Amino acid sequence: MKKSISFKLNGKPISVDVTGGEFLITVIRTNLDQTGTKYGCGIGDCGACTILIDKEPVRSCMIFVEDVAGKEIITIEGLVTNGFLHPIQKAFVAHDALQCGFCTSGMIMNAYGLLLQNPELTREEIISGMDENLCRCGSYNRIIDAIQTAATEMNEKM
Amino acid sequence: MESDKITQLYFSDVNMPITYDRRKFLKKLGFGIIIVFSIGKLSLLQGWGQNDNEEIADFNAFLRVKEDGRVDCYTGKVEMGQGIITSLAQAIAEELEVPISSVDMIMGDTDLCPYDAGTWGSLTTRFTDPVLRAAAAEAREILIDLAAEQLGVPDTMLEVVDGVVFVKNELSKKITYAELTKGKKIVQSLKKKPEIKKSKDFEIVGKPIISIDAEAKVTGKAKYSADIKLPNMVYATMVRPNVYGSKKILVDSSGLSVFEGAELLEEGDLVAVVHADPEIANKAAKKVKVTWEEPAAKADNETIFQYLDDHIQESKVFEEGGSLDKGRASSMKIFEANYYDGYKAHAPIETHSATCYFKEGVLIMWVSSQTPFGTREELSKALDMPLEKVHIKQIFIGGGFGGKVYNQQAVEAAKIAKLCGKPVQLVWSRSEEFMYDRFRPAALIKTASGVDNNGKLTLWEFDIYCAGTRGTKLFYNIPNNRTRMFNKDDIHPLGTGAWRAPGNNTTTFARESHIDATAHAVGIDALEFRLNNLKNENMIATLKLAAETFGWDSEKAKGHGYGIALGEDAGTSVAIIAEVYVDKNTGEVEPIRVVCAQDMGQVVNLHGAKLQAEGGITMGLGYALYEEIVFDGGMVKSRRFNSYEITRFSKTPKIECVFIDKMDSKPQGGGEPAIICVGGAIANAVFDACGARVNRMPITPNRILEVLKKG
Ligand code: FES
Ligand code: FES
Repeated sequence: MKKSISFKLNGKPISVDVTGGEFLITVIRTNLDQTGTKYGCGIGDCGACTILIDKEPVRSCMIFVEDVAGKEIITIEGLVTNGFLHPIQKAFVAHDALQCGFCTSGMIMNAYGLLLQNPELTREEIISGMDENLCRCGSYNRIIDAIQTAATEMNEKM
Repeated sequence: MESDKITQLYFSDVNMPITYDRRKFLKKLGFGIIIVFSIGKLSLLQGWGQNDNEEIADFNAFLRVKEDGRVDCYTGKVEMGQGIITSLAQAIAEELEVPISSVDMIMGDTDLCPYDAGTWGSLTTRFTDPVLRAAAAEAREILIDLAAEQLGVPDTMLEVVDGVVFVKNELSKKITYAELTKGKKIVQSLKKKPEIKKSKDFEIVGKPIISIDAEAKVTGKAKYSADIKLPNMVYATMVRPNVYGSKKILVDSSGLSVFEGAELLEEGDLVAVVHADPEIANKAAKKVKVTWEEPAAKADNETIFQYLDDHIQESKVFEEGGSLDKGRASSMKIFEANYYDGYKAHAPIETHSATCYFKEGVLIMWVSSQTPFGTREELSKALDMPLEKVHIKQIFIGGGFGGKVYNQQAVEAAKIAKLCGKPVQLVWSRSEEFMYDRFRPAALIKTASGVDNNGKLTLWEFDIYCAGTRGTKLFYNIPNNRTRMFNKDDIHPLGTGAWRAPGNNTTTFARESHIDATAHAVGIDALEFRLNNLKNENMIATLKLAAETFGWDSEKAKGHGYGIALGEDAGTSVAIIAEVYVDKNTGEVEPIRVVCAQDMGQVVNLHGAKLQAEGGITMGLGYALYEEIVFDGGMVKSRRFNSYEITRFSKTPKIECVFIDKMDSKPQGGGEPAIICVGGAIANAVFDACGARVNRMPITPNRILEVLKKG
């Protein structure tokens, strides 16, 4: 039996028909065609699938779709507003904080979540907050720089 | 235009032995000025020039100035994070005098791009770039000749700015590339070495530039193989054995009946379940019970080195000089040691994936392959289809490092699509990725060194088991030496293959550890000992640059140590100096700082070169300190990231990369060299910090404590 689950995705109300027990990553990528969220391990080890649920960074491969009913989800696709890159995206581009780009969505979403919780992160706090996100291409130092740049810009705007 | 300067091949009078598929290929192209060229043996050796007709039939890349003045570059190379989509476009823009935004890179599409052997070995910048540049320069010459005709002035009077040809000092007289190309179709093979710009005239090359694909990647728009969704597509999950190399005996699929719409597919040892919902395919596959015949276990991660030593007798001499007996006799001291390295996974964040369908007998596939043409060939063989009936499409690759040269998943996906008659997507799970990766082989290296009274190396014996000889040609001046390679087919209990700078990581670790141990034993500073024994000028200069940048003589904090390693790869000399802190109680190593100096000839994209080197060093810290596949026979036990640690944010040191500036020489490889020195530099720094000489990678806290305990 299929049931309908409703939530907000990148600002838009959405309903999906599911059997229940599906992982959120599958629903986002397969049912809702938002493929910016990546699968890297499916068991919470890598962070490539990170999204925001009610502003908290969460691994979408570890969440059942039922658990997001009524909540607000933001994925990488929801960061661009009116055609403008979000300051974190801009900073990732400016610092070239990516190579193959496969970890990038998860990195940006996790950083976004961290900055929403605390806009004045120190370098050490960034490192510990990001430590569970893996990048095999080795862009870590540039990602830290990018997050610091983005934090400054976001704080100036506020 | 003089005919010997430019060979124009209009399609109507092609009398060259262009092979069927090349000719067809050229026909498909629309109007424009097209320069075809080959990145073949000739260019491999010389970097330039396509001299005979055969080469024309064999071109494997081309660029085209289109009727709208934009430039398309077609190459079978793929972008997987090494930045060539930017550096190649940059080189073309430079030579053709167009803005980089006017260059479109079409990469790795087997129908649109000419054949290419694959993207590996840091070959792209080294060999593709100069040829591409020559081709772009030649296209510019044609355009200028055409402009000279049309404007009625000699071509020496012309100059190009942003795709517009001007008459010098008379800027109103001009014509655009678009106007020049309109309605024309000129196809020409790259004939001879055209005038390449000198460094003083460079406007774009050598300047840092931001990757042109970055924006697609930060917005989630960049498409990878698993992001393609086809109408009526089903998702496949493989049913796998626990042990590598198992053969299928019996399949019990009775558990499938509860999953409506799940379909079981079998061919040979392949067992898979497909469903329109990937989660159902996953759950259903778990209910399929297969009886497997498992191969006998040869060794585990501890016994493997003895196993290799016992089972490989045959060797080949790779390099030899003087006499070992003489060397031994003239040495004041002789040191012998063995070095070990375990199996390493490539572990890209994107697992092997493929999406495909059949259309009118043609297999069309998006696949995470480093070698689209190789994959096409593999598919054509596996499915018994003609090559031209397999089409691999352009797609981003989520990291390769050598692991995506092999594409078992492509064959699996294609077979499944054929069996079920529907479009199929197959994405390996992380656990499958760890099992079916082609690991960097475990290796053993036996060394002996000898030194005379003046601190000069007099003897070098280097027996390499399973790591190959890449980069092992001696750059130290050692009169009596022998390097041998020991190897045997099918010796490994797991799949093995190329890993970012194959073998060279292992052999460089062994050589540089041993050089360090030798220097220490005769009481000479590691830097001084190397400078005193190096023969290669490039290497000496590179090492000096690294030592200066690092501050080799600077005072060390308590518990900290410095370590040097030198290496050569893909034509590039590398010197790395690392600083680590070692906690003597826990054996925990904290990488503090890494300085990497490289002589890589001309640096085409300084920024890209830095990115690549930083990435290589960061990845390299993983193999040096954490990475090792734990296994028992064909049973891989490291199946996820929490049991196969790779470098993380908190373990990444400050990294500084410096380059020896050689703007007028040929560019060398940049994607791999830096990584080879990480193991040796870390091993030597750990020794310097705490006195533990660990001869086996990864250099784990336990191994450090063990050595310390022995004293
Ligand atoms: S895919 Fe979710 S953490 Fe790796
Ligand atoms: S950019 Fe490739 S994994 Fe991070």
